[in-house]
Amino acid sequence: MTDPLVRAIAVTKSFGHNKVLNGVDFEVRPGEVSCIIGPSGSGKSTFLRCINALETVDGGGLEVAGAQVGYTLEGESYRPWRDRDFAKFRAGIGMVFQRFNLYAHLDAAENVATSLINVARMDKAAARRRAMEELDRVGLADHATKRPHQLSGGQQQRVAIARALAMDPTLMLFDEPTSALDPELVEEVLESMKALALGGMTMVVVTHEIGFAREVGDTLSFFDAGTIIESGPPASVLSDASSPRTRAFLDKVL
Amino acid sequence: MTASHRRTAPILGADGSETPITPRWHLGRWIVGTLAVLVVVWLATAIIFNENIRWNRVFDYLFSPRILDGVVVTIWMSVLATVIGLSLGVVLAVMKLAKNPVLQWIAAGYIWFFRGTPVLVQLIFWYNLAFLFPYLTLQVPFTQIGVQWDTNQVMTSFMAALLGLGLNLAAYFAETVRAGIQAVDRGQTEAALAGGMTHMQTMRIIVLPQALRIIIPPTGNEFISMLKTTSLVVVVAGSDLMTNASQIYKQNNLIIELLIVASLWYMLLTAVATYFQSKLERRFGSDAVRLVRGPGFVQKFLRNGQQAQTATESIATNSEKATTR
Ligand SMILES: Nc1ncnc2c1ncn2[C@@H]1O[C@H](COP(=O)(O)OP(=O)(O)O)[C@@H](O)[C@H]1O
Ligand SMILES: [Mg+2]
Repeated sequence: MTDPLVRAIAVTKSFGHNKVLNGVDFEVRPGEVSCIIGPSGSGKSTFLRCINALETVDGGGLEVAGAQVGYTLEGESYRPWRDRDFAKFRAGIGMVFQRFNLYAHLDAAENVATSLINVARMDKAAARRRAMEELDRVGLADHATKRPHQLSGGQQQRVAIARALAMDPTLMLFDEPTSALDPELVEEVLESMKALALGGMTMVVVTHEIGFAREVGDTLSFFDAGTIIESGPPASVLSDASSPRTRAFLDKVL
Repeated sequence: MTASHRRTAPILGADGSETPITPRWHLGRWIVGTLAVLVVVWLATAIIFNENIRWNRVFDYLFSPRILDGVVVTIWMSVLATVIGLSLGVVLAVMKLAKNPVLQWIAAGYIWFFRGTPVLVQLIFWYNLAFLFPYLTLQVPFTQIGVQWDTNQVMTSFMAALLGLGLNLAAYFAETVRAGIQAVDRGQTEAALAGGMTHMQTMRIIVLPQALRIIIPPTGNEFISMLKTTSLVVVVAGSDLMTNASQIYKQNNLIIELLIVASLWYMLLTAVATYFQSKLERRFGSDAVRLVRGPGFVQKFLRNGQQAQTATESIATNSEKATTR
């Protein structure tokens, strides 16, 4: 069996006295799609943000591609990363946010190209071509010169996906990518994500779209109060969840 | 201003009849208006026909070389001091929002000091810097290599004015910049960090360009205010408009006449600056503006059109060779 791409070992995290992650154990193997569900405030976003080091972990261990996140082993001990170590690490991981978070002052193509130019150090002409290719992949080549406020929510989210994919990530993180969308726009975003999963991308997806989890997910984890209380193949978690809390939640969203 | 649009079309009845409207005279409004005009006319005549004001002398001095020289100095001083103030203000704001507590304290201390002391005091202080440091030295530590200036030669009244006014504006402007930076949605910062940018890059490429929308409109006001604040440099004989005017009236005692001359120029400068300010606000005030200079590169790319395409493609192919992903 291949080594996991992401491995969390008893991860804990507090904001002040609020213990948000309370011993999370979690694994994703390369090429897997791992879906996370759970009630609001249970720590799903925080956990996702720990994976790409937007948040730091307080306890336990968190490895991506076999290396500790945020620290480098030097002899007998770990040394914290510097700003540019974080930047370099994050450049290899794509993230898609619930509220799209497109750069409001840039058009769609510039949104996609910015990291290519400033992080991957591509020259502008190459970045421009790459941006157009990525927009084409999510069906938005015709909208390249539009600014975010001129696009629908679904289109903005597809630009955000294109922006993340342009950096050739080895891992994609999705934080409720369809929760802020009008119902009729959800499908177009899910389609882009399905295509990505079929292409073999490793994905961690926080979502309430149970249909997507069942169809595309390899594993489904249920978060509650900062821990994963249920995990396994989506079909079995959905049909015979053992914990009453999972059942109660599923009854509400199904 | 609800009454400014008055209906003139007749009112239509259900039977198709048209009944005209008889306008109403607003008596109170007329009385107040008339009184106000009377007061203004009275004040204006009191000044214009005042036999103690020699208007011919006002016009003599209005375009006299010394006054014109002063106007030029005032304009330069305002422009340079504003540029210093704005640039340093951005630096201070970024320092104040930095993670490093030392930078935060330094910025806070600077702002407290420069807002806490009168500009007048600062101007005089800079002008007399030579009392503290007779020589200004730039030296590579532990060596004899360096340059040295006589403070009194460097710290001309113009230099003192620039420092006094510029450093002071920076302290106020830092707060505006900070508000602008904080108004940019945090989600975009997160997206930029997630996309592999460092904190500095995120600030420079994503946050500051958007903060400009909030920062730029007040710069017009700061500049207009600066135009008149420069008159304080009278205390260090700054050879600006006000200094020159006051030196003239100290000799010939035409105090009011020269104050009128100076005021007319300040009003003209303010009017010109206000015109540019309104253009600036129209450009940056609305949400729809694009803050990047000129059209986006994709727009340029598309506009260059067919003829340019072969050239672009060859460039793109070359660059593709150069880039390994
Ligand atoms: N930056 C933060 N500062 C303080 N508290 C936070 C922060 N981010 C999240 N929290 C708290 O952590 C808890 C879990 O939040 P989150 O991870 O967003 O949950 P979920 O995504 O499952 O809804 C919530 O109680 C939230 O208020
Ligand atoms: Mg969340």
